[in-house]
Amino acid sequence: MAASSVSNSTQTAADTLRGSGLRLERGSRTIIDNISFGIASGQALILRGANGSGKTSLLRMLAGLTLPDAGVVLWNGEPLRALSATWRSVALYLGHNNALKDDFTAHENLADALSIDGISLEPSAQLEALEKVGLIDRRHVLARRLSQGQKRRIGLARLWLALSHAHHKPLWLLDEPTNALDSEGVLLFTELIGRHLGRGGIACIATHLALDIASRAKEMNLDSRIEVVR
Amino acid sequence: MTATLNSLTQIDSPVFQPERGFIVAMARDARLAARSKGEAIQALAFFVVVVSLFPLAIGPESALLKRIAPGVVWVAALLSVLLTLPRMFANDHADGTLEQLALSVYPLPTIVAGKIVAHWLMTGLPLAVLSPLLGLQFGLASGELAVLCVSLILGTPVLSMIGAIGAALTLGVRGGSILLALLVLPLYIPVLIFGAGAVEQAMVSIDFSANLSLLGAIVLLAGLAVPFAVAAALKISLD
Repeated sequence: MAASSVSNSTQTAADTLRGSGLRLERGSRTIIDNISFGIASGQALILRGANGSGKTSLLRMLAGLTLPDAGVVLWNGEPLRALSATWRSVALYLGHNNALKDDFTAHENLADALSIDGISLEPSAQLEALEKVGLIDRRHVLARRLSQGQKRRIGLARLWLALSHAHHKPLWLLDEPTNALDSEGVLLFTELIGRHLGRGGIACIATHLALDIASRAKEMNLDSRIEVVR
Repeated sequence: MTATLNSLTQIDSPVFQPERGFIVAMARDARLAARSKGEAIQALAFFVVVVSLFPLAIGPESALLKRIAPGVVWVAALLSVLLTLPRMFANDHADGTLEQLALSVYPLPTIVAGKIVAHWLMTGLPLAVLSPLLGLQFGLASGELAVLCVSLILGTPVLSMIGAIGAALTLGVRGGSILLALLVLPLYIPVLIFGAGAVEQAMVSIDFSANLSLLGAIVLLAGLAVPFAVAAALKISLD
């Protein structure tokens, strides 16, 4: 076990993600104020909070899309350099939007996302992923004609393929991934997260649902930390 | 289990193949444009209509028409490209794929370069190819038509490149398209002067190669700097 695991450092090294004194202001409003947290391999950080409490902003900050006004995000002790090459090979971000092209079919959207991620897969593997998330019959349907839940499921297919890829990104940043998903979809999502954490991955998830991964999850409620300056 | 899954997976090493980002982005935008052909055709139709309005408005005085032909075709080309600029990043921004592009394993400047080339292939190139036909309306001779076409082929990439900077900077700004025009049109002036100037020099049988060389130099210079500038502007817009 130990000998074979050396070859794949991303999955076996104990990664850590720490945020320290993070602060984000927009105009006169403080959206995120002095948030600190730390999670390590195999753990998930569940972000809770009312609408507008800064869950999306925090996730975007962790993804490197938004720069904090104060504080620092540390990956394995190193300060995160926003959108640097290393960071882009570490973080997988599924945002509030589904990041789908309306003019592409479900299958084309999956292939598009994979090619942007630099993952080239046999079509059979892509079809397998679509089968897994229950979109195999809808694979030739344009994304504009898919339901909200079905659009979300394309994101699940990405996660499923990310798990089967050797260059597995160790940090997943997921913004309301269970939005519009039916109970079966939520089960599938929970399974994917479980496998990701089981492989030593880290996940930050903004969600309202109680996920069945409580043993490995830390919860952070952003409501109590919000300070509105008028 | 993992072994079988990994065997399905061909591992790219994208960090060492930045040019793949260029190809991925270009192919993606080309496929998207093929899905909504209307947008590219509209810009081309706009170019044709604007150029054709001048002979109608000014009348069949051939000497005057010929005199203004280079300027008219070039200004129409600027405006036509300008029309297409707001959509360059706006769709990707609206549906969230721009964030995915920014977080792609490929460096953002390579992706931006691919998008710019795709934009040129959809707008600038068809317009340049069509320009000799329009020049005929103004009574340009065949040699002058060729210079017009070549000057547009050399100049329109610069329009796409400078336009991309403006489009990235005004992304998500309310009333952005007018701001974009105000921002970009002044920067188009050197290209307009060299491009239209080359055709005018050809009309009076002066050596026009200096103007075309200058256009070529601008393309190369802009090609080196613009992808990085656009990537930086996009990061600001995403923040």
